[in-house]
Amino acid sequence: MKELVILSGKGGTGKTSLTAAFAGLKSSLMLCDADVDAADLHLIMAPDVQETHDFVGGNEAVIDPDRCTGCGTCLELCRFDAIDENQGEYTVDVLNCEGCGVCVDMCPESAIDFPRKTCGQWFVSHTRFGPMVHARLGIAEENSGRLVALVREQAKKRARDAHIDLILTDGPPGIGCPVIASIGQASAILIVAEPTVSGIHDMKRVGELAAHFKIPAMVCINKFDLNLDQTRAIETIAREKNILVAGKIPFDPAFTKAMIQIQTLLEYDDTCPAAKAVRNIWETVMTHPAMKLERLM
Amino acid sequence: MIISIASGKGGTGKTTVAANLAASLNQPVTVLDCDVEEPNLHLFLHPDIQSREKVIAPVPEIDLDRCTFCKKCMDICRFNAIAVTANTVVTFPELCHSCGGCTVICPENAVTEKERILGTVETGTVPLPDMNFGQGLLDIGQVMVPPVIRQVKSHRAPDQGITLIDAPPGTSCPVIAAMKDTDFVILVTEPTPFGLNDLKLAVETVRLLNIPHGLIINRAGMGDDAVYAYAKDKNLPVLMEIPYDKAIAQAYSKGDLIISQQEDYKEKFQTLYKKICLLADSEKCAP
Ligand code: SF4
Ligand code: SF4
Repeated sequence: MKELVILSGKGGTGKTSLTAAFAGLKSSLMLCDADVDAADLHLIMAPDVQETHDFVGGNEAVIDPDRCTGCGTCLELCRFDAIDENQGEYTVDVLNCEGCGVCVDMCPESAIDFPRKTCGQWFVSHTRFGPMVHARLGIAEENSGRLVALVREQAKKRARDAHIDLILTDGPPGIGCPVIASIGQASAILIVAEPTVSGIHDMKRVGELAAHFKIPAMVCINKFDLNLDQTRAIETIAREKNILVAGKIPFDPAFTKAMIQIQTLLEYDDTCPAAKAVRNIWETVMTHPAMKLERLM
Repeated sequence: MIISIASGKGGTGKTTVAANLAASLNQPVTVLDCDVEEPNLHLFLHPDIQSREKVIAPVPEIDLDRCTFCKKCMDICRFNAIAVTANTVVTFPELCHSCGGCTVICPENAVTEKERILGTVETGTVPLPDMNFGQGLLDIGQVMVPPVIRQVKSHRAPDQGITLIDAPPGTSCPVIAAMKDTDFVILVTEPTPFGLNDLKLAVETVRLLNIPHGLIINRAGMGDDAVYAYAKDKNLPVLMEIPYDKAIAQAYSKGDLIISQQEDYKEKFQTLYKKICLLADSEKCAP
């Protein structure tokens, strides 16, 4: 089984639209939205949710005022400024609490409870392109890396059970914990870069991250005709860093129009120049040595 | 006055707004790039970096001569950053949240803390009148983003000054760390279904933090009207619209400011600031 993770360094480069467009190019695949912080793939996939599960992420400290004697040990030990003291009354600021549990363990009165909390939900759905695993992290919750890992694990497990040999994962932005959680053990990543000074900067950072974790990386340039100098710069950097340039997509309003119609680019207009480019990129990506599918029995 | 500029997701034009607003104000301003995973603001403001400091987090170091392998440190660690076996202890610094629990609990005083570098904070000035600049850079492979953001934020302008914070995307810990304790949040969005979806999450986040906020619609005209309907429904003031314009996109691609290409935008950004002053706590607004 292979997994292609589509990344961008930053949102807004067309990562999700491209993932969606790819989905129609293979008859059997598993979709996975690993951008749990601001998931968008469902907006085009219109998933029919089959299963909903709670994501129990971490724990949160809660001080029981009846048991608390106001000794201040928790305040002294908490390194996250999460304990507030107001006239001898101690409370936990949930937005600062990291769930480390140090106050819970060290409170001499055992006055701090540590209930587990639901940090989001994850779903298994049917879509017109195949099954999809996706999630939604609750607002202001932590542990997005763990939820990403869980979503990918479930996608893998279910793909295996259904004899699906390819997982297409829409990755999160950035280079921090969710992204690291999204690329571990991936077969390859495809970076969607825009020909802008910031696009180049972002692509370099994800490229370095992929190299750090030894994951084969490819890049495609979206809206390449917006700035041809920057497009050439991306190609040069890619060559230097051993990143295959899988192709270039021209600027095309069809992407936005398709999104508004809840369609993939190829459903909306499969003859437009961008659609042709997307098909070519798909061919190139799928023939990369890291992505070659083994025959299914 | 501390204004943070956020959006549910990257790529909506947060950095464009931060850079242009900063360069349009006729007052001293400090701009801080808190998108430490992918800081881009420097590409538009070309700061002259004058100092660099490391962001350091303590992680445990185990003195195996003292350790009796009681496993207390392993048990207290909620992040699986310590594994104790019959005759050794392994730590996983990249999982450690630096809570210090293992150090306080160890009965043998076998745990001390050593420093791990999470990233760098750079500060300097921008070759425009009265602009200070700061940015954080997360080291590749590191995951502890909020401490880097907090350290960038420690460089905010003194009392009366204006600080602009370019926040990271999303709705989880990094963006909370950036928006927390700021006086106003500008939410930048695009009038598309993705833009709207991400905006809804961003609005929930600011409302949770209880910070006054308003909307900038970037690339106005590119998509549909649903964002406007939502704004109206939720009583979200639309502070400014930036049209969908190839010239603006090209300026951005080269790292140019809109105001250096289209003079009239300077005034538009000044008006934006005035609107913010009316919506935020008025005492925070410098005269
Ligand atoms: S350590 Fe326990 S008893 Fe002491 S102030 Fe904190 S909650 Fe109260
Ligand atoms: S400092 Fe906290 S998170 Fe780090 S290893 Fe010790 S107990 Fe675990």
